[in-house]
Amino acid sequence: MASAPSAPSTAPSLVDTLFQRSLDDLVKSLRADPSAAGESLAVGRALSEIHREIRAPDAATKAVALQKFTYLSSLHFVPVASHPLAFPAIELLASPHLPHKRLAYLAASLSLHPASLSLLPLATHQIHKDLSPSTSAAASHHVCALALQLLASPAAAAAPDLAVHLAHDLVPHLSRGSPRAIAAAARIIAASPSTGVPVLFKPLAACLASSDQRASTAAASAFCELSAPPADVAPFLPLAPDLYNLLTTSRSNWALIKVLKIFARLAPLESRLAARIVDPVCQLLTRSSAMSLTFECVRTALTALPAHNAAVSLAIGKVKEFLAASDDPNLRYLGLLALGMLGPAYASTVNESRDVITLSLGDADSNIRREALHLMMGMVDDNNVMDIAGMLVSHAARSDPEFANDILGAVLTACGRNVYELVSDFDWYVSLLADMARSLHCAQGDEIGRQLVDVGLRVHDARPELVRSARSLLIDPALLGNNLLCPVLSAAAWVSGEYIECSKDPVELVEALSQPRTSLLPMPVRAVYIQAVLKVIIFCCNLYVESSNDSNKGSDLVFDELAVDQTVSRGSKSEIQPAEEQIVMPGTAKNDPFSNKSIVYIINLIETTVGPLVESKEVEVLERARNLMGFVHLLREIWELKERKVSDHNKHNRVMELIKTMQTVFSRELSPVSVNAQKKISLPEDLVLQENLSELADILSEDDTILSTSISFLSRSSHSVETRDEPAVVSVDSSSLFEHRKRHGIYYLPTGKAEDDTNNYPCANDPLLSGENGSAMEDKSGTVQPASAGKKLKAMRSRPKVVKLDGEDFLSSMMTSANVLKENPLSGAVRGMLMGRDAKPLCSPKAADKSLEDMGNKMDMGESSSQSVQNIYADTGSLSTSSSRTSKQHDLTKEKSTIPPDNDRKEARKHRTSSRSGHRQGKHKHRERPSTQPDVAPQAPVVQDFLL
Amino acid sequence: MGIRFVLLVNKQGQTRLAQYYEHLSLDERRALEGEIVRKCLARTDQQCSFVEHRNYKVVYRRYASLFFLVGVDNDENELAILEFIHLLVETMDRHFGNVCELDIMFHLEKVHFMLEEMVMNGCIVETSKQNILAPIQLMEKTS
Repeated sequence: MASAPSAPSTAPSLVDTLFQRSLDDLVKSLRADPSAAGESLAVGRALSEIHREIRAPDAATKAVALQKFTYLSSLHFVPVASHPLAFPAIELLASPHLPHKRLAYLAASLSLHPASLSLLPLATHQIHKDLSPSTSAAASHHVCALALQLLASPAAAAAPDLAVHLAHDLVPHLSRGSPRAIAAAARIIAASPSTGVPVLFKPLAACLASSDQRASTAAASAFCELSAPPADVAPFLPLAPDLYNLLTTSRSNWALIKVLKIFARLAPLESRLAARIVDPVCQLLTRSSAMSLTFECVRTALTALPAHNAAVSLAIGKVKEFLAASDDPNLRYLGLLALGMLGPAYASTVNESRDVITLSLGDADSNIRREALHLMMGMVDDNNVMDIAGMLVSHAARSDPEFANDILGAVLTACGRNVYELVSDFDWYVSLLADMARSLHCAQGDEIGRQLVDVGLRVHDARPELVRSARSLLIDPALLGNNLLCPVLSAAAWVSGEYIECSKDPVELVEALSQPRTSLLPMPVRAVYIQAVLKVIIFCCNLYVESSNDSNKGSDLVFDELAVDQTVSRGSKSEIQPAEEQIVMPGTAKNDPFSNKSIVYIINLIETTVGPLVESKEVEVLERARNLMGFVHLLREIWELKERKVSDHNKHNRVMELIKTMQTVFSRELSPVSVNAQKKISLPEDLVLQENLSELADILSEDDTILSTSISFLSRSSHSVETRDEPAVVSVDSSSLFEHRKRHGIYYLPTGKAEDDTNNYPCANDPLLSGENGSAMEDKSGTVQPASAGKKLKAMRSRPKVVKLDGEDFLSSMMTSANVLKENPLSGAVRGMLMGRDAKPLCSPKAADKSLEDMGNKMDMGESSSQSVQNIYADTGSLSTSSSRTSKQHDLTKEKSTIPPDNDRKEARKHRTSSRSGHRQGKHKHRERPSTQPDVAPQAPVVQDFLL
Repeated sequence: MGIRFVLLVNKQGQTRLAQYYEHLSLDERRALEGEIVRKCLARTDQQCSFVEHRNYKVVYRRYASLFFLVGVDNDENELAILEFIHLLVETMDRHFGNVCELDIMFHLEKVHFMLEEMVMNGCIVETSKQNILAPIQLMEKTS
């Protein structure tokens, strides 16, 4: 079908030149060779013929050539644009022979084009001549018609000059009531109003009142077109009497439809108009047998006459007839369309038709299904959301993939709208989300995962059910192979880890999170899984330690068994009694998840499943796996101390410290943060970030200087500097920060506690900050209550509190704020360390780094990073009283996992290792930082307690 | 403008007639036709005759091996367009006598003439078969 080369490669044969091929021959040759390549060959040949023939002096030859060309161009074989063949068409316009003339006009109206407009002025005179009434006999009528046709074609609309010159020629035809003249006049008025309106508007308006039905119909169409939406309707208001007359007297359905359309546009402008047209519309509704007119009346009644009950109820009756037309999908579709036009005042009417709409969800036609879904979603309110959403989700299971996802998307949007304002029973909603995730063809994983986390953050009361639903998703090995569900599983893993205290069976959870098929998951999701396992084991250990304290048993019980295989059960039971029915662990009978046996089991499980991942090539997985393994090693380390005859008391303390510290890291409550929070802090004007970069370049290693060309790297660079214990270099930074601090003091820590200038800069998500800002946060947050309490079962339970912030952009902000907040405990721990002693200044910037990075990640599950192990040390160190031995021990542990042990030089090496890991992180994180950095400072968590 | 374009397409998706009432470039036309034809030809008899495509509503109807597709504004009356399609088919039927795809292929300009008589500037101006066919008969007489 491609346009063919205009020059033929071979010379035409004698036969070709002697006998012209007719259009029929051309069509036959095209048909004979239907393959695309052959067709273009045939087209090429035909075009070369046409080029030759169209220059012939003989009008007949020329006409046939033009005919062939018109054929080719109208079917897109050749481009219409700027073709040299446009000229012969203009030439032939003047032919006295009617068929030639007709052909020429057809060619002109089809093939003239803005690009060939330069030719149109040549035609002006001919059109003028053809329009003038002097032409004699019967043919004149047709000639005029041809000229008018051209004037109304898109070609003429693009040539305003033509309209200007010929507008006056139209007037006699208009007054004669020629429909063509009316259409042409409408075209000219639309194309060039300045010249068209003064000349043509009045005669055109007069045609509305014409007794000739064709003229009035054409005039109604013309005005309908002229008053179409982008145009202003007001100027057409004076035509209302004529139009009303037409509405009551015309017998042409086409005219009536157009008049109704114009009235629908005019009615909002003039209140009395609606009252006037109600009667005729009702009459047409009852009288007309034509469905097209009936539907137009329905549309007019529903959109333009909503205040007139008689008309609307009549229209609704017709709509129900439409909906009941089981054999005509067109009517059913239009019926649904009409229901959608009903305003909120008639919501009950839509509800009455709910059965039909539900039925239409299963229609064979996707248009009908989509319209039905649209209506369903329009019906949803807080009373019926459970019914409708439940029905829709079960319907999605039976639908084709595309529509199933439309349904799920619509349900998610409707329920998630305005912070779940429709949802009052979150247990139900959470299990619905899980059902949706399990639904076949579900491709809405991203949104489901987002909402799972969001509900967890916002609705405290939903967390137990959330964890239960997450468990059911996590333990199902079949779901792991489905790539579409990864975001859901990732969210489920995060939820289970974060709200592990709601879980009935942590052991089972660890098993689910480390089942073999998790290897099918993409790496970012595996990282989330590993982090969740870390949270679970810390939680279990903590409960165990607490319970053994309470029961005056030594916490060493469990650690005695860490290295030996579990053979003896000492039967230490915690006071928390979870449901234990499902647990049958290898080697043991039913067991308490917080007993020493379960913890030993968990640790062994972790070592077998997560152990291999410390060699992972994916940094996120590698880091988190190492964190987890580091913690597990730490537990084992402590046990080994006993072997070296360290006193039980010390060991006990150390275990306590370790576990308490780790528990602290994860204990802080996450809350949503308003996206507007940052806007409330103005940027300090004198903050210069770029100035110091050249100085920094000397200090930094090679790979750092590569990065330091952009402003966004300054913070990282300064961190690197700090890790090298050269704090003086960042003085510019800190002085501007000092300014900032003066202005926004409440967001900063009390100065007294900080040792030196570099440490004055607070961590992005400072825990103390949270203490001060927690109350402000509470002020901003409000509770969303349902508009009206439901009367059903769910009303018996009051709606749980949903944390909602002012002016929040929910869809975009939730994930980032969640991640930012998640950092608080970590940086808090780091902060605690910094306050306690001046060693290891590297942690603070690194923590900030980490939080920045996490904000950029979509589904990042928190602290997750390589420094987490270091932070454990830091925290433990700051909290412990007998710090020297502890830190020594920690360093030992750490070096075991990363570098070969070398106790003599460990202090020196520690710094080097840390700074190296800092660089490594910086390298793959620097991209996220510029955009996310400004968000960090003002965000504050709600929970103030440091410990559980 | 009520009607934006009229397309006649066969079962194989080949365009047999294309009449546009607004200006589109060749590439735009080809792309538009490709998309619309793909959409409409995939639909079954049990499905309704209206397809929304970009800013158009396409009203289509199938007669034997030919699809008649009419692109209209969104607020155009769909059922009236279906009636228009039927009128067009009846008119062709009267002129060609049991019209088929080949008639349209070999007498494309006549179908164009009919359309020109019926539709001007996107508005339907003539609905009488007699009046629509009169100029064509006149032309046949003179040639």
